[in-house]
Amino acid sequence: MNGQWYDADAGPLVRPYAVTGGRTKPGPHGVRFDLIALVAVDPEGADAAAESLMGPEHRALLGLCRSETQSVAELAADADLPVGVVRVLLGDLLEGGHVMVSRPVPPAQLPDVRILREVIEGLRAL
Amino acid sequence: MGQHDDRTAGAAPDVDPGPGEDPELAALALKILVAGGFGVGKTTLVGAVSEIRPLRTEEALSEAGELVDDTGGVDQKTTTTVAMDFGRITIRSGLSLYLFGTPGQDRFWFLWDELSQGALGAVVLADTRRLEDCFPAVDYFEHRRIPFVVAVNCFTDARRYGAHDVSRALDLEQGTPVVLCDARDRDSGKEVLIRLVEYAGRVHTARLLDSVEPQADSV
Ligand SMILES: Nc1nc2c(ncn2[C@@H]2O[C@H](COP(=O)(O)OP(=O)(O)OP(=O)(O)O)[C@@H](O)[C@H]2O)c(=O)[nH]1
Ligand SMILES: [Mg+2]
Repeated sequence: MNGQWYDADAGPLVRPYAVTGGRTKPGPHGVRFDLIALVAVDPEGADAAAESLMGPEHRALLGLCRSETQSVAELAADADLPVGVVRVLLGDLLEGGHVMVSRPVPPAQLPDVRILREVIEGLRAL
Repeated sequence: MGQHDDRTAGAAPDVDPGPGEDPELAALALKILVAGGFGVGKTTLVGAVSEIRPLRTEEALSEAGELVDDTGGVDQKTTTTVAMDFGRITIRSGLSLYLFGTPGQDRFWFLWDELSQGALGAVVLADTRRLEDCFPAVDYFEHRRIPFVVAVNCFTDARRYGAHDVSRALDLEQGTPVVLCDARDRDSGKEVLIRLVEYAGRVHTARLLDSVEPQADSV
């Protein structure tokens, strides 16, 4: 485990949050990513040197996003990490300029009839 | 709602996109919740219509502890694990539906608050042998004005009731659809979702019109 993510002052670590160095809240932006916020790799952010400094979980998440834009929930399920942990790790990746995160559709914009019709047709065709 | 102030980003649509947030990211994600009492068929329904995966959340008790467990004095980094069902239906590239099966126990209400944020709508699964188990979910979505349909999971050994009887027994607001379904059956599950999306579309459109038109019945 990369020592960078541990801090002597972190206090007792509870297992699920060990990979975040005990942090349970995402970084300085204080964004709490929605479960369906979409995460894409920032094409300009790929920096092999910076990546090599990250922990294996950070790299695993980045790898998952590389194949396809992923929701926060999918990343957690695929990486087999709890959602809270993934949120913290994504905060790091966002801060490092590695990923872009989209907001989910605000509820006020939901009734786009065209989209809902597309969803209904898509469901019928499943 | 409003028990936690660290709401999701979606709660404040007009703030500047934060660093790294790309408004041009054209992909759309829509969220649908599947709720209902213990063992009513939530996992079965999500699995019938989508590729289901378990999703773990570890909630820090400092956020949710008051609501969850009686653990006064425990170190604030203690967490509790909650498992949810999670499935994705890809409509097309860039448009996906995400289904979340909410944990049945009342003590996870705080998770519902997060899940229902920005949700398109919800499916409340009901079992006519213990209809009262879905009361909390019905209450929850009615109070938060989240469009929902009641899907009656027709277990083989349950007496058949008509949609109308169920609607009356649940004292549903007028217009709330009740669908009879078999949660194990893909087509039946699809039909439930279609009814929900249609209904959510009507509800949202009506609200939009309400907000722009003067009320017809105002004197
Ligand atoms: N006969 C019949 N059995 C069903 C039906 N739907 C679900 N079941 C069975 O009922 C049991 C409970 O279903 P689940 O899908 O696990 O229910 P759940 O709501 O996810 O349960 P919890 O997560 O424990 O609250 C399983 O054994 C299912 O196989 C149905 O439509 N008919
Ligand atoms: Mg279940």
